[in-house]
Amino acid sequence: MSDLLQTTINTLALGGLYALIALGYTLVYGILRFINFAHSDVVAWGGWIAFTVASALGFLTGGGGVLAMMVVLLITMALCAALGVTIERLAYRPLRKAPRLNVLITAIGVSLFLQNVGLLDRLFGTRPTTIVPVLPNTVLVELGSVPIRIYDVLTIFLAVGLVFALERLVYRTKMGRAMRAVSFDERIAALMGVNVNVVVSVTFAIGSALAAAGGILFALRNDLRLTADSTWVLLGLKAFVAAVVGGIGNVRGAAAGALLIAFVEVFVHFWITKLFAGTEWVGQLQDVYVFVILIVVLLWKPSGLFGKSTVEKV
Amino acid sequence: MKPLQDRVAALRPNPGMAAGVSAAPFAAAIAIALLMEHAIGPAVGLTWTKILLDVGIAIVLAGSLNVVNGYAGQFSLGQAGFMLVGGYAAAWLTFYGQIHFYDVCPNAVEIDIGDGKMCDPSTVEITKTAITCQLVECFSGKGSMGGFLGNGQLLFLAGCILGGIVAALFGLLVGLPSLRLRGDYLAIVTLGFGEIVRVLGQITALQPKDVGEIQNESMVGLMNNLGGSEGFSQIPDYTSAGTKGAMFWVFLFALVLLILTFRLKYSSKGRALLAVRENEIAAEAMGVDTTRAKVVAFVFSAFFAGIGGALYAHQINAIDPKELGFQKSIDLVIIVVIGGMGSITGIVLGASILVILPELFREFSEYRMIVYALALIVVMIARPQGIMGIQELWELPAWRKLTAKFTSRKKS
Repeated sequence: MSDLLQTTINTLALGGLYALIALGYTLVYGILRFINFAHSDVVAWGGWIAFTVASALGFLTGGGGVLAMMVVLLITMALCAALGVTIERLAYRPLRKAPRLNVLITAIGVSLFLQNVGLLDRLFGTRPTTIVPVLPNTVLVELGSVPIRIYDVLTIFLAVGLVFALERLVYRTKMGRAMRAVSFDERIAALMGVNVNVVVSVTFAIGSALAAAGGILFALRNDLRLTADSTWVLLGLKAFVAAVVGGIGNVRGAAAGALLIAFVEVFVHFWITKLFAGTEWVGQLQDVYVFVILIVVLLWKPSGLFGKSTVEKV
Repeated sequence: MKPLQDRVAALRPNPGMAAGVSAAPFAAAIAIALLMEHAIGPAVGLTWTKILLDVGIAIVLAGSLNVVNGYAGQFSLGQAGFMLVGGYAAAWLTFYGQIHFYDVCPNAVEIDIGDGKMCDPSTVEITKTAITCQLVECFSGKGSMGGFLGNGQLLFLAGCILGGIVAALFGLLVGLPSLRLRGDYLAIVTLGFGEIVRVLGQITALQPKDVGEIQNESMVGLMNNLGGSEGFSQIPDYTSAGTKGAMFWVFLFALVLLILTFRLKYSSKGRALLAVRENEIAAEAMGVDTTRAKVVAFVFSAFFAGIGGALYAHQINAIDPKELGFQKSIDLVIIVVIGGMGSITGIVLGASILVILPELFREFSEYRMIVYALALIVVMIARPQGIMGIQELWELPAWRKLTAKFTSRKKS
């Protein structure tokens, strides 16, 4: 019973983390139709910017807490939003009309650029570090024998809150309507008076701000390693898989996909490992489950669980 | 009037002649590979030999990707997965095979002095400060087991072919279901495949480092001993710089791949692939079996990616599944896109530039990757079709003008 509760909480926390990152992928894909490979690096930069901000404000040496965390979070989200808008302005906008493969390679170029600029000693450097002192992972309450920790609560609250805020933004505001119009048909939207450039910039700002939140939550649970570390790439990949499984371009789909991927990675993995307790290698299969789910879902529904299937014409 | 059959037969080219013409490029490939091995290699020195080997292997890998990505227009991000599979198969055959089939280590090796190096037990000397001994040459002897085309190299050749075949089988397995998907979705599924192969490689059993242990296990029993997360190490270095025959094998495979892709491009099958690339629905309406064309291209590509993986594994003496993940697939896509998708000369140029330039700027290591990333972005913005586009060198107007001048002078 306590196993069940513990794995459920872990699933929700990881699902929230994936959802925050997956939304960035899905928003950009919905509007510009390309996979933003640099997104995982914005996530990594989010973690590192949070570290820089926290050490500049003196939160790392004491004086942390929930309020300090919120301050770090807001500043980091704003800085990452600016980073995302800059990337779009300099690298992607000149390629708006180019074939999508070119934009993709450019995104890879941006990704390499962010990774390696982050490695410079003057910026984040190569030493591993942590932002845990800002908000230690204390136990809030015990349910039976299961401790409910502050990070789980924080992740779930942040993810649910931000997803709902985004949902309202996309479906209830004028800007959201403009975003959906551009996603539907860029040219017609422009003819109807939508400023496409502004919409794209806002999309990148929102996606990157959510990525920053994801990066901080990830950095709380794991030591901050290099910006070029493969854990960031894998985190981005899984969040991206979540967006695709949910139906890329769809906000609710990304959240659902993130929960599904987290469910497979934590819940299914835990119980399968428990079932085959004798064989050691079963314990290392969690990434395999994620990608198997991806392949199965895509073969069954080629545009994801909640994606629109499009009819191709000559 | 003679019957139609005879008239047709008379128009057909002489079969002997036709076979000669079609084999001629391969004979030339062997000649050039021998030239690389015996003339160019010794002339340029060890450092440049290594760079040239890197270029050759990059040509094999990117050239194989070019068939799927350039000709058929299907975006695959799983090429490193096929490399990994092919490399494992080849390393399994050359590493375990040399012990099982040729008994290269007659002295049972017992002592491990660290770094994975093995000692010959009869030469061990233990002093106060260190343990010294003669290293057993059987695991890392340059050009061990016979010379050029000796037992070792034939085993290596068999390993490359085996690697190709195993990778091609995986290609069929992945391609049949997933090639129904289009565009980005295919890219994501192939990416997923590459990651799955990488994880499965990491959970294989460790590699026994003791010859006796290997001898007691059958070849089939050793199929799971691929090194796990430590990677498969001490692979014989048949394609490392300085080994006899390295240049020959790498450039033989590279040239054979280039000849095959050249012939494919100008054949009816290749035109069918190009039609799929330009417009799949239109191609289908014109009678191209698009699924079949795509799967065949995918399997062909996987075969040479497997061979490329085998060459790579025997160059660096090891396979590390962590190295052959998503990033490696991306590197290959970059070569194809920079060179020009669908252009054979473009691939050669792209592979040369992307291998040689970073080597030249090795001193500025801190800023090297930043400049590389910026260059990538600038090239994509300034020249979206890559260096060559889909054209070949001999199709460029400048080249035609040059050769026209040359041929007209000959006539006068």
